[in-house]
Order: sequence, then C-alpha cells, then structure tokens
Amino acid sequence: MLDALGEPTRRLVFERLAGRALPVGEIAGGLPVSRPAVSQHLKVLKDAGLVLYEARGTRRIYRANPAALEALRSYLDRFWDRALAGFAVEAEREARRQARKERERS
Amino acid sequence: MRTTTGEAKVAERTSLRKSFTVAAPREIAFRVFTEKMTSWWPLATHHIGKANAVAAIVEPRVGGRWYERGEDGSETPWGRVLAWEPPARVLLAWQITADWQCDPDFVTEVEAVFTATGPSTTRVDFEHRNLDRFGARAAEILAGFDSDGGWNGLLQAFARAAAAEA
Repeated sequence: MLDALGEPTRRLVFERLAGRALPVGEIAGGLPVSRPAVSQHLKVLKDAGLVLYEARGTRRIYRANPAALEALRSYLDRFWDRALAGFAVEAEREARRQARKERERS
Repeated sequence: MRTTTGEAKVAERTSLRKSFTVAAPREIAFRVFTEKMTSWWPLATHHIGKANAVAAIVEPRVGGRWYERGEDGSETPWGRVLAWEPPARVLLAWQITADWQCDPDFVTEVEAVFTATGPSTTRVDFEHRNLDRFGARAAEILAGFDSDGGWNGLLQAFARAAAAEA
C-alpha cells in the first residue's frame, strides 16, 4: 500500500523535481523503491496538481508545477514581510530603551 | 548535467531571502529576534493552537523547543532550535506543514544571520528554505493520507493554484 511505502519517499520524489524536469527512470535512480512505486507516487503528486508531465516520444518528463510552488512561496513571502517588519520595529525600540537606560546611568 | 547555476536557481525558487538593516546593536537584534519573539510575531493571526496564543517561545539552546503558549497555558510546538550562536546566528526548524500541523518528521529551515554594520546598526540576512518540502506534504494531504478533513491556509493556496493550472 502507498502509505506503507512511506510518505518520506513521496517527499523525496517531489524534491527531486524542484526546479528541473526528469523522466521516471532518473527520478527513481538512487531511491530505495521500485520504479513502479515511483510512478505511483508521481500519480498522487500529479492528481494533487503538484507535478505536471509532458510526453516526449514514449517517455513522460515530469516537473514540479511552478504555480503550486509559487502560491506557497508568495503566501510565506507576505507572512515574513509582515513579521520581519514587526521585528525591525521592536529591535529598534529595544535599542532606544537600552540607550536611554545607559544615558541615565552615566 | 547539473550546474552550479542550476542549483542556485533551484534554491531561488525553493527559499525566501530577506536582507535588511535595523538601527540596533546586533546583541539586541539577536535577543529581540529570539528571546522577545512574542513582541513581534503576529500571534493574533498566526498561531496554530486551539487557544488564543499569548507567547512565541524559542528555547535558547541547540535542540531547544520553538513553540507557542496559549492563554489557557497549553503549549503547541512549531519546531526546534538547530543552531544557536548568539549574537551572530540562529537556525530554526519550522515543522509546521501546509495544513498547520506540527510534524516532527517535517523540517524546513529558518535562519537569521546578524552582522554588525556599525556600533548600533545590524544587517539581518534572513532565509526560509526547503519550501519544496511543503508541496510533497500537501500532496499527501490532498490524496487523503494524514487527512483531518480540514483545508485551510496554505493548502487552499495550493489547491487554487493547481485548479488555475488545470
């Protein structure tokens, strides 16, 4: 069963496709599972909209769906922009507080 | 053949980098980033526990926990400390998946490097990397594994993007 194969394998399969397109054989190379198992993982990823493929002759070349990665990236981008802006304000406030304390001490 | 440029491009797409300067000595910048995370984290909107969150805590050591504390005293893990080098650098494991669960087997790295650019100015080089790992996990959830039936946040963003592509 798929879940017996382990989620980490599917994660590895997807990670191999980050930023490059590969045929099944090359994705499977070096992974501790059979090629049909890798194909099954690819099917799950494809059904979820996370990978795409194109047929080249008799081979299918898989790649990560850039739209899916981009959606995640822009979500986190907005989150960190906001959080880090808050951090900068607090760091500068804390620096002013410390400087004031030191002036009062001297 | 994989080239250095190719690898760099992969990193560009699977990580977020932010560099900025703050008017604070680096000891203070490091301390506010870690010890005083509660003061700047948008807890009202970004917490994963059931209770309203009142604190974001980074335990000051390698292997320390990174978690939120709820107003009812509950603690919800976010990740852990991978490197602790005050006041120069902190490396955190963000273990919150795309469905807002903390999973000890899931790791993306959040790093902040603090460089003094003057006696009271610090450059902060921030990076959240391994973002591709969210995708594989989202696929598991979408496929019905580990699913609690709840779709929200990042997962919805994925689903929308996938639908737009179809």
